[in-house]
Amino acid sequence: MNIYLPIAEMSVNGLVVLIMGAAVGFLSGLFGVGGGFLITPLLIFYNIPPAIAVATGANQVIASSMSGALAHFKRRTLDFKLGFVLLLGGIAGSSLGIVVFAWLRALGQLDLFISLLYVVFLGAVGGLMLVESVNTLRKSRGGAVSLKRAGQHHWIHKLPLKMRFRTSKLFVSVIPVLALGAGIGFLAAIMGVGGGFIMVPALIYLLKVPTNVVVGTSLFQIIFTAAFTTIVHAATNQTVDVVLAFLLMIGGVAGAQYGAKAGQKLRGEQLRLLLALMVVSVALRLAFDLFVQPDNLYSLGPLGEF
Amino acid sequence: MKRMFLPVMILLALVGPALAQSEPQPEAEQAAPQYNESIQIGLSTDRITITTDFSGTDLTIFGALNDVDPQIARQNRYDVVVVLEGPARPVVVRRKDRVLGMWINTQSETFVNVPISYSVSTTRALQDMAQPSTYGRLSLGSAYMYLQPKDRDDDPQTIEEFTAALRERKQMTGLYSELIGGVQFLSPNLFRATLELAPNVPIGTHRARAFLFKNGLFIRETSAQLAIQKSGVEQSIFQAAHEYSLFYGIFAVALAIITGWLGRMIFNRD
Repeated sequence: MNIYLPIAEMSVNGLVVLIMGAAVGFLSGLFGVGGGFLITPLLIFYNIPPAIAVATGANQVIASSMSGALAHFKRRTLDFKLGFVLLLGGIAGSSLGIVVFAWLRALGQLDLFISLLYVVFLGAVGGLMLVESVNTLRKSRGGAVSLKRAGQHHWIHKLPLKMRFRTSKLFVSVIPVLALGAGIGFLAAIMGVGGGFIMVPALIYLLKVPTNVVVGTSLFQIIFTAAFTTIVHAATNQTVDVVLAFLLMIGGVAGAQYGAKAGQKLRGEQLRLLLALMVVSVALRLAFDLFVQPDNLYSLGPLGEF
Repeated sequence: MKRMFLPVMILLALVGPALAQSEPQPEAEQAAPQYNESIQIGLSTDRITITTDFSGTDLTIFGALNDVDPQIARQNRYDVVVVLEGPARPVVVRRKDRVLGMWINTQSETFVNVPISYSVSTTRALQDMAQPSTYGRLSLGSAYMYLQPKDRDDDPQTIEEFTAALRERKQMTGLYSELIGGVQFLSPNLFRATLELAPNVPIGTHRARAFLFKNGLFIRETSAQLAIQKSGVEQSIFQAAHEYSLFYGIFAVALAIITGWLGRMIFNRD
């Protein structure tokens, strides 16, 4: 089933793309993340130009986040106020990210930068999660441990401009919330991810948001950041391939439901361990490409416009 | 794999010798003053549409020679080269080097007016037909075509290296192709050229050019235009993405939100 992608200007096997979307959707349902960090590298491995993989990945993330956020909205595990503040930061970060994206593309260093960001962030987040989940699994044999150490004060809690977030039972300065949103928005624009895989641990460990609210809030925020990223990429770089995105979305939303079901059968620590292993292996694969001599040293690109 | 043939018929009878004689060619006059060869090609259509299942195709062009020397024709000493040249764009060629253990794009060279695609079909291998200098002068053939660097003052060695890399990359991706024996004479006057269009053939206005050689000497050239475009839906999407890019982005977002929402409704089994 060959499908011609009008923006990428190439033919792909539609079935492969659908399966790719479904597989990532399954995993994102299983782990409660958007799946952008898997989709973009997969598209790049499938020879889609990185610039198009990134922008189209962002578009796909909207659909899976929307699906997930609706479920959390129903369960009332979504902090709108926190999501909104994160979003304000996200829009600012995303705008900057898109400018940097266009600049790197013209410079011919976009592919390198995308790969580097993936290696660094996936490697770091995956590594930390791996260590944490292995420790938890070990300790859980002795007894239950909570992730959140109550009553402990962090330097973050000493910053001014405090704000109360009722759903999250949180009284914290808006500065780290805005900064976190901005950082993730920036990464979202360049990496084509929603940023859930960074947002979730950051909200849990840095801001001490209750775990049950984290995923819903992060997904809610990601819908808007990814939507903004998609629109700006479409308007400035014309790199959103709607046909490719749609195929991925269909596979994705279908896969996500089965993933969520499968997830209920696994324990939290086991899930985190699996996710960590997957994140680390994507990082290693990308690092491999970066450090091993490529088959061809020369590449062609369009003339960049500043 | 759908192959598309575009048979093109030329009405030989209509092409009078008088028409051909209106443009005398100095090289031809020396070789055989009594013959004034001319070449013509025709396309049955002036546009090809790329549909969703497009995976490359063969394009057939028919052409005719007029006022040929029967003796030379009998000895197969007329050669024809047919080229389908895609729209020209500036291209940046980048080279990766090892920096801190990583392979990073470092040096680059920009070329202007590089045809995106260049498909050649010949009666014989180019090197058997004429001198390389002839092809150089005509800028004919992917190996001889002149590629103009943007910055002519760059080190000639660097320019040469990147020019070679540009040709090599284009050939590897199938955008520059050469089909030896792709032009066949059906009669002393009539020939058929088969050209390979790669699955990633660029859209835009292509130029079909036919070159006539006699005894290894260039006689005459003719050309015709061919528009390659995406079919209805693909074209609309491409146009929308470039002309109404903001609305296109908003549409993409709306599509994603609706798909996500519908997905939730359809698969919801809570």
